[in-house]
Amino acid sequence: MPLPRLIPCLDVAGGRVVKGVRFRELRDVGDPVELGAAYSEAGADELVFLDISATIDERSSAVSVAARVAEQVSIPFTVGGGIRTVEDATAVLEAGADKVSVNSAALARPQLIEELADVLGSQAVVVAIDTTRGIVHSHAGTRKVARDTIAWARECEARGAGELLVTSIDRDGTRDGYDLDILGRIGEAVSLPVIASGGAGNAEHVAAALGVSQAALLASILHENPARLVSLREELRDLGVPLRDAA
Amino acid sequence: MKVAIAAYGAGNVRSVELALHRLGAEPELAHDPEPLLDADLAVLPGVGSAATAMAGLRERGLDEAFRRRAADGKPTLGICLGLQLALDESEEDGGVPCLGLVPGRAVRLKEGRVPRIGWAKVEPQGEAFWFAHSYAAETPATTATSEGIAAVVESGSFVGVQFHPEKSGAAGRRFLERCLSRA
Repeated sequence: MPLPRLIPCLDVAGGRVVKGVRFRELRDVGDPVELGAAYSEAGADELVFLDISATIDERSSAVSVAARVAEQVSIPFTVGGGIRTVEDATAVLEAGADKVSVNSAALARPQLIEELADVLGSQAVVVAIDTTRGIVHSHAGTRKVARDTIAWARECEARGAGELLVTSIDRDGTRDGYDLDILGRIGEAVSLPVIASGGAGNAEHVAAALGVSQAALLASILHENPARLVSLREELRDLGVPLRDAA
Repeated sequence: MKVAIAAYGAGNVRSVELALHRLGAEPELAHDPEPLLDADLAVLPGVGSAATAMAGLRERGLDEAFRRRAADGKPTLGICLGLQLALDESEEDGGVPCLGLVPGRAVRLKEGRVPRIGWAKVEPQGEAFWFAHSYAAETPATTATSEGIAAVVESGSFVGVQFHPEKSGAAGRRFLERCLSRA
């Protein structure tokens, strides 16, 4: 197995990095390219840019954010948010992103996963699953979907997803620790890599998530502060997590 | 020095172009055979499926250009799917005849989580590079491995890497620098 991955996640709206708790109360916290490059320097294994823009106008900036990031950053990155078609996804990858992440659009029309995998290859297709109490939610965690989380994870794999990004909605932003139960059950149900998301508060939480998943998404724990990633990596190494030498 | 990147509709061309730019090269995108035949170093990038990629190369006559370069002993670097396309065939998509620059075939990964995504050490050098693949080369031309999987293959003037040097940070940069200085 490749080494466990640490993946800082930057929420982007209108071309700026924003921050909120449980998908609400957004404020501007910086430039995506600057922050992305700083995280890369600090030892990030990959980056995720999640476009949470409210309008289509703002959303078209996702491609230009991808293009600007690709010029400055030489580690892999994923772009998610507002990708509904193969054309949307192709534009982002042609700008220099490595993967796209789809969520509500895949729930609305699961065949999108197959279409993306056919054209881009499975390795470029991340399906984000927002879950609480074993049930999938869509639209940034605001709408309950009548789907069992494990069944949906299996369906995503069967349709050609390359990775699953699993966010526990009621842990997101709380710093109480990842939902290890659902992560473990999904990890057993599929043979895809799983990225754990939601709830990281300290190094022990991250180490525990990396025990059941292949990567950990890092958001509020980093406070948009790349120096925190440096110290977190050291703490994880002390806990015996085999991170890569980023030098 | 002339560097050309095969542009045939397969994914990561922009990332490879940017990585070479950062090293001071001015790569030309080759939509037809001419720039590939002229180049001191030709790059065959690629992500996605073998069948689609081979069709894209054939449509543009780039398949013959790579064969000609190999026959003339000119350096070519294949990246990820670009490595697999250089083999005799891939078992992807029910079996796809490939360029035949390197003996062997691409087979589906059978162990661990697939796709195999992430940073992994390449031996004997010992540095970690970023991988993202579901198929891997089985070839006697393997010169470096990662967890037992072919990571670098070398045959004549062709060098293929299963990892993505253009996305492998400082280690990738050093690898690409060596490719440029050797060409």
